[in-house]
Amino acid sequence: MLLFEITEELDHHSVEKIRKRADYEIQRFMPKKVIFDFKKVSFMDSAGIGLIIGRYKVANLYEGDVELINVKENIKKIFEMSGILKIIKIVDDLNSEATG
Amino acid sequence: MSRNIKNEMKIEFLSKSANEAFARISVAAFASQLDPTIEEIADIKTSVSEAVTNSIIHAYPNKDGIVKIRAILLEDEIEIEVSDTGEGIENIEEAREPLFTTKGNLERSGMGFTIMENFMDKLKVESIVGLGTKVTMNKKIKNKNLQNTY
Ligand SMILES: Nc1ncnc2c1ncn2[C@@H]1O[C@H](COP(=O)(O)OP(=O)(O)OP(=O)(O)O)[C@@H](O)[C@H]1O
Ligand SMILES: [Mg+2]
Repeated sequence: MLLFEITEELDHHSVEKIRKRADYEIQRFMPKKVIFDFKKVSFMDSAGIGLIIGRYKVANLYEGDVELINVKENIKKIFEMSGILKIIKIVDDLNSEATG
Repeated sequence: MSRNIKNEMKIEFLSKSANEAFARISVAAFASQLDPTIEEIADIKTSVSEAVTNSIIHAYPNKDGIVKIRAILLEDEIEIEVSDTGEGIENIEEAREPLFTTKGNLERSGMGFTIMENFMDKLKVESIVGLGTKVTMNKKIKNKNLQNTY
């Protein structure tokens, strides 16, 4: 499992750096699960959708899945609109997942 | 039909991605005069970010250009115009469809116009190929104080 904590506002300007770092780590560790922690993300636009779909594609090359945790309501709305929650799960927190 | 414009602002800036946050924060600060809810502010910020990013990425793909924003406050509503003098949109109807993008290779998801449409009350897109694009968005701000008077 590979956990990324995102600490910046997710827009077209900021995703580039995150994309590079994430792809490097995913290719290095080939994890079965990649988790993005959205706890510190207060803003996201459509660039965030592209970022997550893109990382899903990379993780999938190594049969890995992508999950999102601690996603705020206003950001959840944007993910819902895009339809990507069919392939990428939002989990409330890691503990509830372990017990459930 | 004349409108009662309570306030107006204009900004323009170079089409650099570093200005995306500047643009949405400026409009949000201006909108706060109407005493919006946190959710209304979030919707406005996201929609401005979408429109401005579109001008930066699609209107001026290989050069810097000017992006302009004009916002006006009406009685209980904000109107925001984002315009560029870039490449323009060939087929506006198609561009507005969910998931339609001409830049899939750049990890664009084609959700920008869909998000603006969902988060604002009205969205108008005008564009002429070679001349540029203007997006006009309106959002009603439900005034909390007024509701309490009745
Ligand atoms: N200001 C503009 N100038 C030129 N073309 C534009 C402009 N805005 C949008 N477009 C065109 O409309 C399409 C759809 O825009 P939309 O914002 O919905 O999706 P996107 O920008 O491609 O992806 P996303 O916003 O999800 O990252 C774009 O791919 C582009 O071809
Ligand atoms: Mg867009």
